Amino acid sequence: MTKSLTTPEERVALFQKLFSDTIPHNRALGLKVLAVARGLASMQLDWCEELVGNPETGVLAGGPLTAMLDGCCGMAVATMLKEPMPFATLDLRIDYAKPAEPGKAVIAEAECYRITRSVAFTRAFAHQGDSKDPVAAAAGTFMLGTKGKVTPAHQKGREILAQGRKL
Amino acid sequence: MKRLAEARKQRDVSRLADAIPYARWMQIAPENGTGELLTRMRYHDSLIGNTFLPAIHGGTLGAMLEMAAIFHLLWETETETVPKIVNITVDYLRSARPLDVIASAKVTKQGRRMVNVFAEAWQDDRAKPVATAQAHFLVTADDEPPAL
Repeated sequence: MTKSLTTPEERVALFQKLFSDTIPHNRALGLKVLAVARGLASMQLDWCEELVGNPETGVLAGGPLTAMLDGCCGMAVATMLKEPMPFATLDLRIDYAKPAEPGKAVIAEAECYRITRSVAFTRAFAHQGDSKDPVAAAAGTFMLGTKGKVTPAHQKGREILAQGRKL
Repeated sequence: MKRLAEARKQRDVSRLADAIPYARWMQIAPENGTGELLTRMRYHDSLIGNTFLPAIHGGTLGAMLEMAAIFHLLWETETETVPKIVNITVDYLRSARPLDVIASAKVTKQGRRMVNVFAEAWQDDRAKPVATAQAHFLVTADDEPPAL
């Protein structure tokens, strides 16, 4: 193991680098990692003009929410891996509960609630400050051990698990 | 909706995307050069989700399938409102390489208030789709404002 991650702030900063800054599309969306713990991940998407789907209302398009929820579920999976391995989204369902309020950030909270040898199961909600009043809900499954290299993101997720600490 | 009416009248499908900032930013636009309405997401580096493979971000595939379904409904049906998405389920079949992604859509079931749409995305070989999606849209005007 490399350097021990002693504080929640250090862990968030590391996951920001691994799951947003070094993933071109997440960086383009400006995704911010808010929190990470074993099986849990949270990210924020700030409202911006380019991401609007309906110019008459200023409501965000569904796409940026889909991308954030996919990324957030994937980050939750990374914290649950027993050993580092590549994985890929198998399917993702998004329920659009209500339009996101224009001008306000959207927060995603994802949980990886079950992991097997081949598949990881996740749930996520997106809200704008009140988690009991979601704008969207997601269910994603991930295929584990897919082709490709073990990335630093896979490696670090495992370290969080090894520490077994909740934030 | 005014722009939609104009685009339909002029049979200019490319104008559908012009009004949507997210479609412009993502370089997602419909085209009907072959007589079939298709939606293309032009490859650009900020679509990448995995720099090691490299592969296009799964979220962008979901987004373009959703846009393909919306463009299909706006163009091929007589809808008078912007369809409001209720939900979408995306199946990821293959990793998408750093190339353009093309999608087609078809209405599986048209109800009075609800439409079920199937969409499929591929890259250089249509017989090898990278992702498919099933989505529901509300198409009545008397509901809440569209979330498009």
